[in-house]
Amino acid sequence: MSVVLTVLSLSVLATVLAGLVVLADYKLNNYGVCTIDINDGTKRLEVNGGSSLLSSLASHRVFIPSACGGKATCGLCKVTLAESAGPVLPTEEPYLSDAEIEGGVRLACQLKVKHDLRIMIPEEFFNVKQYRSRVEEITQLTHDIKQFRFRLIEPQTIDFKAGQYVQIDSKPYDQVTEAVSRAYSVSSVPSEKNIIELIIRLVPGGICTTFMHNHVKEGDEITFAGPFGQFYLHEGGDELIFIAGGSGLAPIRSLVLDILEKKLDKKMKFFFGAVRPRDLYYVEFFRELEEKYDNFTYIPALSGATPEDKWDGEEGLITDVVARHVPDAVGRQAYLCGSPGMINACVNVLTKIGFGKEAIFYDEF
Amino acid sequence: MGNAPAISPLVIFLASIFTSNMVLANFLGMCSFISVSTEYRTASGLGKAVALVMVFTTTLNWLIYHFIMIPLGLDYLRYLIFIIVIAATVQIIEMVMDRYLPDLHMKLGIFLPLITVNCAILGISLFMVIRSYGFLQTLLFGLGSGLGWWLAIAALAAIREKMAGNQLPRGLDGPAITFIITGIMALAFVGFSGIFVVM
Repeated sequence: MSVVLTVLSLSVLATVLAGLVVLADYKLNNYGVCTIDINDGTKRLEVNGGSSLLSSLASHRVFIPSACGGKATCGLCKVTLAESAGPVLPTEEPYLSDAEIEGGVRLACQLKVKHDLRIMIPEEFFNVKQYRSRVEEITQLTHDIKQFRFRLIEPQTIDFKAGQYVQIDSKPYDQVTEAVSRAYSVSSVPSEKNIIELIIRLVPGGICTTFMHNHVKEGDEITFAGPFGQFYLHEGGDELIFIAGGSGLAPIRSLVLDILEKKLDKKMKFFFGAVRPRDLYYVEFFRELEEKYDNFTYIPALSGATPEDKWDGEEGLITDVVARHVPDAVGRQAYLCGSPGMINACVNVLTKIGFGKEAIFYDEF
Repeated sequence: MGNAPAISPLVIFLASIFTSNMVLANFLGMCSFISVSTEYRTASGLGKAVALVMVFTTTLNWLIYHFIMIPLGLDYLRYLIFIIVIAATVQIIEMVMDRYLPDLHMKLGIFLPLITVNCAILGISLFMVIRSYGFLQTLLFGLGSGLGWWLAIAALAAIREKMAGNQLPRGLDGPAITFIITGIMALAFVGFSGIFVVM
């Protein structure tokens, strides 16, 4: 009897309290309809207040880049507020510089919509859409790199600039209960509007790369959002220096093919750094391009080739190889894609050669 | 214990701030007391939040204890029920503050969830049962204990801030010296004990 009474009374009490919390959430977290004005009236959204700005915008199909899914760990979802909406939260501080805080920049995932807001976002975000796609083909490129080819289902076509990236949504698998979204550069050409190709390296312990490598099969349906990023061809530069390592080849392939296709009058040198021959891929592909086009040079370099490898190409760290082939910065632009370590080293070398900040482009991942 | 003691609520209020201070006399709520006391501003913020939650939860727990648990003979469930009530209250207080006192919520917001697991909060709910306090006594006991906790952590943080640049013998830095300071502060607070009736 007392057991029943205990269980019953505890459950009733817990239910009543939970009910109160839910009721409080419903009543207090209800801020009515708020208007979000984007870019001085370019777009006006009416949303129900109480949720984060990031999810409010996403529910109206305006996608802000976010790799962590709103947990304030990636710092990508920065938006600028035209008028202040209260002080910056402690969760945002690590991701904002003093100048950004001064300029009204906030993280969209942390800012709760409580009243009308006026925000500024880059125009290109309006072009960002959520896509449903089917995995058409998976190709093993090296021991730890795979290429995925997606055919778009809805919408059926995508407009992007060569060099931009998309964000793949992973699904829960095995012990991983969370779904994350991660950024990958597109390696196919923009003129192929109904497919995209991504090159993904398996990162040990990586939630999304493990999902893509071990749990996605041809024929599966995958959603992604995009395109994002400023790593596209910028004005100026008669000769373009491309430097990549690992899966960083992806955006460079897209850029090179796009430039060749558009017959732009630019010389291109593509440096690809790897350790052993087994880390190289798309070698034949770029060699053929090199033979076919006078303005394209392909320079693969190995840093750890052994005599058995019989490697007769460039050897040494990619930074040394670049320094040997690029005499000065006159009329040149550099586009880098790879690990943060590689990018830092390359930026240092390029700066020594004479490249200014405005002539070096890279996406930070 | 036994019948409701005839201690005046005002005495309980003053005693729970000074002579029977939650931290310095009962050593409850030590973990946040030690870890969140490096900066005066944050420490004071946490102190205020604790005081606020203490007043609400003791009062609510008193009502639930006397009007639900005693009539149903559920006295033995008080640990469990008090904790659930504290957790739910903290949730609701956080939402109310977010809505109506956004500035205060900004300052205390990150501390509120931390408070749910502060044992001083559960401690005073249990004390008020053990000591058979009446409603008014409980209200002032909660308020006094909260203010006392705030006073103690604010004082400790002020001292730690003052000596932040000082050179300490190796091994004494950090929590070690904080415990020593706490001990000396507790001794100083014992000095108050002649002033009020000790509970």
